[in-house]
Amino acid sequence: MTGWPSLAPRAEAAPRTQMLRAQARAELTLLLRNGEQVLLTLVIPLGLLVVLSTVDVIDVTGRRVDFFVPGVLALAVMSTAFTGQAIGTGFERQYGVLKRLGATPLPRSVLLLAKTLAVLAVEVLQVALISLVGLVLGWHPHGSFLGVVLLVVLGTAAFSGLGLLIGGTLRGLTTLAAANLLWFVLLVLGGIVFPLSAYGGAADALRWLPTAALSDGLRQLLQHGTLVGRDLLALALWAAAGLTAAAKLFRWE
Amino acid sequence: MTAATQGTLTLIRGNPPPKITPRLSAVSAPVLEVVDLVKRYGERTAVDGLSLRVAAGSVTALLGPNGAGKTTTVEVCEGFRTADEGTVTVLGGSPAGVRHRVGVMPQGGGGYPGLRAEELLGLFSRFYAHPHDPRQLLELLGLADVARTPYRRLSGGQQQRLSLAMAVVGRPELVFLDEPTAGLDPQARRATWDLVEALRADGVSVLLTTHLMDEAEHLADDVVVIDHGRVVAHGTVPELTASSQAFVRFTGPAGLDVEDLLRSLGADCVGKESPAGTYLVEGPDGPQLLAGVTAWCATRGVLPEGLQTRRTLEDVFLDLTGRELRR
Ligand SMILES: Nc1ncnc2c1ncn2[C@@H]1O[C@H](COP(=O)(O)OP(=O)(O)OP(=O)(O)O)[C@@H](O)[C@H]1O
Ligand SMILES: [Mg+2]
Repeated sequence: MTGWPSLAPRAEAAPRTQMLRAQARAELTLLLRNGEQVLLTLVIPLGLLVVLSTVDVIDVTGRRVDFFVPGVLALAVMSTAFTGQAIGTGFERQYGVLKRLGATPLPRSVLLLAKTLAVLAVEVLQVALISLVGLVLGWHPHGSFLGVVLLVVLGTAAFSGLGLLIGGTLRGLTTLAAANLLWFVLLVLGGIVFPLSAYGGAADALRWLPTAALSDGLRQLLQHGTLVGRDLLALALWAAAGLTAAAKLFRWE
Repeated sequence: MTAATQGTLTLIRGNPPPKITPRLSAVSAPVLEVVDLVKRYGERTAVDGLSLRVAAGSVTALLGPNGAGKTTTVEVCEGFRTADEGTVTVLGGSPAGVRHRVGVMPQGGGGYPGLRAEELLGLFSRFYAHPHDPRQLLELLGLADVARTPYRRLSGGQQQRLSLAMAVVGRPELVFLDEPTAGLDPQARRATWDLVEALRADGVSVLLTTHLMDEAEHLADDVVVIDHGRVVAHGTVPELTASSQAFVRFTGPAGLDVEDLLRSLGADCVGKESPAGTYLVEGPDGPQLLAGVTAWCATRGVLPEGLQTRRTLEDVFLDLTGRELRR
């Protein structure tokens, strides 16, 4: 036996803040390192923004860039908080990572907080880049910054609940398929690229979809400076339902 | 099971079981105590009234065929699964309450595919207040060259070794290792054995599962053999392999006349051919038995090969659990 240092027991959990920092950093590293995630959360939204704002394919009211920046912001939040979280969590479960973390002193609440912090960090990056590209394209935002923060935080809570619900209950590949399919359906039906008015009578129902509520809320705020109570209510209801269901049904392996 | 092996083993059949007290448990309280554990998966009973204890500072090996209930037992002790019946006491408390004092290496998996080896071990080390130096652990387990390789690109054996490092990085008092050397090359297996021995030398208790009999013989203070979710034998390796009967095993051509061999040896000897070409004889006196066997072989012009005069743990294991393949 050579070289082993003393292995004498000295077991003590680290302070929670240290665990949180380490776990959040790991989560963020994983998000930014994963090519598909970056495609989903940054490349596609930015690409859509540039194309839709400059090419006259979809009829919108008002200036094109002013219509599309809020929609693409909503898409970015959905991609990170919903699709990205669902897929990431689904595979972590399948690979036994979550189970293994359960054998360490890391509390579940700290794990979930770390995931949330990583999602928020990516969203800050997304909002900064989308705003920058929007400004270059001639975007004129209105409304209060705090209003945007409120909408984005509520939207993140709503989408995280749904993402964790899917990722925490379905198998890895099923999650991948379901999350991507829903991403596409919500992209089309959620008022991001096509104005809801394009769907005629169905618009009144579609308005309650989380994506529609977030894109409409951001659009009303950033285009006209008004904060719409119905959109806030819709997001809050989705957040409450999604997070409650996720907390109840989430399986760690 | 042959008639001859009856009574020579510490068999547990029916109640009350004959008990062999592990060497160390007399001196200090056990670090793990499982009493009458039952765990069911739907209709199937995976663990069926199992009791065991791990003495402080000892290495205990859990042996058993595939599906015997080893992983299930260990996972209840780790707090991953809840017992349907019975009690599990870990370091004097409930499994969930002592997580930070216990190190766990599951049977396969458990790493973020996208994190590098050093990042993964570094992350786990940050969950503890006084961790080992991750780089030193990687070095000692032969992983320094792949420290910057993502987990998903490590070979199976490298993932195993990293998993082992993750189990001990927090300086635990008790370590659960579920098949720690499955799929390892001989050098890596040695390194793992060294680590287990170093852990014991420094007072860390270890419960490991294995299918390798030489591993259990080499490492374990106590061996617990389980089958169908029950303990079928336990004791130290010498206790389990000890026998009041002498024992000779050899290989030769298949189909030798065992009846004739036994007649030549005397009335108090028993034996059999199992499997074909392997002969096993037991009798009261070792030297006599060996001389008798070789003399009989000489009259037949047979050279007995691979002569063996001591039962191995594998013999005990196969006698206890049968030789058929499991479903
Ligand atoms: N999650 C599960 N759901 C249903 N049955 C299970 C589950 N896990 C294990 N089993 C069953 O419980 C029994 C014991 O399994 P366990 O994994 O504990 O065996 P083991 O001794 O570790 O086997 P191995 O040597 O193959 O690792 C087996 O019959 C197995 O099929
Ligand atoms: Mg197993």
